[in-house]
Amino acid sequence: MPKHIVTITKANLKDTVKTGGCGECQTSCQSACKTSCTVGNQVCVK
Amino acid sequence: MDLRNYDFGANLHWFEQGGQRIVLDVNSGSLHSFDRPAWEALQRLSDCGGGWEQAKQWIAAKYGAVEAEEVFLELQQLAEAESLFTEDPGFVAPAYPQDTVIKAICLHVAHDCNLRCEYCFAGTGDFGGERSLMSSEVGRQAIRFILEKSRHRRHCEVDFFGGEPLVNFGVVKELVEFGRQEAAKVGKTIKFTLTTNAVLLNQQVRDFLEANDISVVLSLDGRPEVNDRMRPYADGSGSYKEVSGNIKEFVSARQNPSPYAVGTYYYVRGTYTHNNLDFDQDVLHMADIGCKQVSVEPVVAAPQDPYAFQEGDLPILADSYERLADAYLARRRTPQEFDFFHFNLELGKGPCLPKRLSGCGAGYEYLAISPDGDLYPCHQFVGKEEFKVGDVFSGKVDTAMAEKFRSAHVYNKPECLKCWARFFCSGGCHAAAYNFNADILTPYQMGCQLQRKRLECAMYIKVKEAAAVG
Ligand code: SF4
Ligand code: SF4
Repeated sequence: MPKHIVTITKANLKDTVKTGGCGECQTSCQSACKTSCTVGNQVCVK
Repeated sequence: MDLRNYDFGANLHWFEQGGQRIVLDVNSGSLHSFDRPAWEALQRLSDCGGGWEQAKQWIAAKYGAVEAEEVFLELQQLAEAESLFTEDPGFVAPAYPQDTVIKAICLHVAHDCNLRCEYCFAGTGDFGGERSLMSSEVGRQAIRFILEKSRHRRHCEVDFFGGEPLVNFGVVKELVEFGRQEAAKVGKTIKFTLTTNAVLLNQQVRDFLEANDISVVLSLDGRPEVNDRMRPYADGSGSYKEVSGNIKEFVSARQNPSPYAVGTYYYVRGTYTHNNLDFDQDVLHMADIGCKQVSVEPVVAAPQDPYAFQEGDLPILADSYERLADAYLARRRTPQEFDFFHFNLELGKGPCLPKRLSGCGAGYEYLAISPDGDLYPCHQFVGKEEFKVGDVFSGKVDTAMAEKFRSAHVYNKPECLKCWARFFCSGGCHAAAYNFNADILTPYQMGCQLQRKRLECAMYIKVKEAAAVG
């Protein structure tokens, strides 16, 4: 049991290079006049 | 471990907030919470250029040899599990097929507006030109255009935008019906959204939006005095009373399926300016009147504008974000809870890396269409003639411009390359970069700082929520 570090989320972004890129996801404008939907605020549709 | 060539600043981000010591491993997207010895170990490692033994000795001197062993073992295990000290994978080419595949359009159905918002980038709705409405002929051609240009993509997006799209509601209705029919013929679906100031959001419009599963983005800036100062009618009177009433009715009838913008959703969005640096109060106000899905964003203004941010605003805004994060947590699982768009951060199930490199897709996946049918890289470029990339009738898109925008991804922006937020922000807004720096490759600094602050708050919320259940 780790004592000093708690992992909140273990992710592996690098691996998504192999599985991703289908482009079916929503566009993500981040300007104030729109939804301001930055990619960090999106989920993958797959 | 040998971390002597490791770029700590670009590949890790560590910060303290609300008593939490939070560490993001940028390239894996993993998030950790550190105790004090581990935190100091990381700081020491960074300070002494990655010298593992040197940092360990320092921790041993301060916390004892046993403690130091434990800490460095945990650090090493995380590194072996690729959750810490990971390297940037580098540019992944090609992120998307080389052909221009347009999957989303922003239809400027009206270059006209019933409000005169001070900060309107569209020059109070007319985009610096004549006030005009899109004809149904241009709209239909735009629908045909996206169905064709989306090629193999099955999901297309059409956003009704303006000016104020509801001043041309007849055409909106017609295009939804036409779009559905035409999409069905080719086995595609069109997801419609409408961005409105809600002045004309009456029962008839609400029924239509509900019956047709149209996602809606509603504009309101928050507290009455804040909203009315920036969002008056043409005669100068405030719009809060009518607009907030219409919005309340609308949102009470619609439940979002998810805090993320998926399915048929609504968002109430506002803009904050130098006039309301305590914008957290505006978010809470909106939550209190029943708007449970809220997003507010910083205004993008020219320095001479009276509402533009000034030197010294940044720490005040940072405090507002922190207060908002704590208010958000305090209201969780109470009847007063709300979602704040920028605090929604999906670390595990977020978009793939290719998507994260270029974000909005303006100019090569996403185009805006003016009332006359002219094409621009996005709604913010509409009316800037040097950015016109074609028109719906010829159906041709300027491929050189598409390429310019496509290549404006994080690996081609020196600022972004060394920024820890790069895979969450994906390089910022091209329009803001262009407006401030006359170059889409040089991000707008103030935007960057606020982007990083809200990301920190989103991570802080993750850590606090994990601690609450753990
Ligand atoms: S645009 Fe700014 S915040 Fe975003 S990745 Fe680039 S430098 Fe970082
Ligand atoms: S350039 Fe900016 S305003 Fe235009 S779509 Fe991209 S993020 Fe949005």
